[in-house]
Amino acid sequence: MSVHWMHVSAAYALVVGGFLALAAGAAARHRAARRRLLALDPRAARRGDSP
Amino acid sequence: METFTSEGALPGAAAAPPAARGRGGARLHRFANPGRFLRLSGRVLPWLAGAAVLLLGVGLPWALFFSPPDWQQGETVRILHVHVPMAWLAMGGYAGLAVGSFVALVWRHPLADLACRELSPVGAAATALCLATGSIWGRPMWGTWWVWDARLTSVLVLFFLWLGHAALVRAFEDPERGSRMGAILALVGAVNLPVVKFSVDWWNTLHQPASVTRIGAPALHADILYPLLVCALGFTLAFAALVLARTRAAVMERRVRALQTAAAWRAEAGAAPGGVASA
Repeated sequence: MSVHWMHVSAAYALVVGGFLALAAGAAARHRAARRRLLALDPRAARRGDSP
Repeated sequence: METFTSEGALPGAAAAPPAARGRGGARLHRFANPGRFLRLSGRVLPWLAGAAVLLLGVGLPWALFFSPPDWQQGETVRILHVHVPMAWLAMGGYAGLAVGSFVALVWRHPLADLACRELSPVGAAATALCLATGSIWGRPMWGTWWVWDARLTSVLVLFFLWLGHAALVRAFEDPERGSRMGAILALVGAVNLPVVKFSVDWWNTLHQPASVTRIGAPALHADILYPLLVCALGFTLAFAALVLARTRAAVMERRVRALQTAAAWRAEAGAAPGGVASA
């Protein structure tokens, strides 16, 4: 692998990895909030009002 | 302590003065209802994320393997396809933050507050990625990782503005006060956007002048321009999906806190003599 390709690979890995990390963080936060909400307000799930 | 209002709207929605509501304000405040926002965003989010994955699934391999190398820069030109979208998101996202902050300040829209709060960490990440990929591109092309030229320095200032906003809105015990301070910072910081954009024209910089967003036709060949546009659209949708998902999570977290507070009040009322809560 040439130096140029190493730089290209590093840039793509950084951007894709960064976005995947942000997406994983947002999904984990979303799941945790939803779980806590359902535990606190189970009627919302029965009403179909849960997120 | 932040709570939901009796109508189920986010805090601040009911506090908006009648003059602030106006015609535009009333229309905007319809979306301050968390249930309505969660239902609407729940429908939009999968489509947004799906479109982003599809576009990036096409755009990134196209940019990496099928677009031609540059006659001067060789293979390194492929960094353009991730660096330029990050730069556009850093600036466009900040313009969005300024608009959201204006809406939050003028119409006191609580969802705009929350969206701005969730936007700044994602915007800071995009700006950091723009700086990092630019540095990785600069080393083989310029022979250095960093120079203090006007473009690089103004983007670094933009990064600090993003970080400053993210820190400021979380620095106050009263979230509304933090949001107001953050909104003022976002609006003042917007003056940096034209400096970033025109820095390559106003000063003699090592960074090249604009090659896509310039008056007249883009300077890029179609074989490089088209994958760039596909990648830019894909990253923009991914950015929007991330902000929307974070805002949804923040709305749910506020609802959780409101329910926990209500439960604590009920427990305290039950424990107090005669069943009356002591304030």
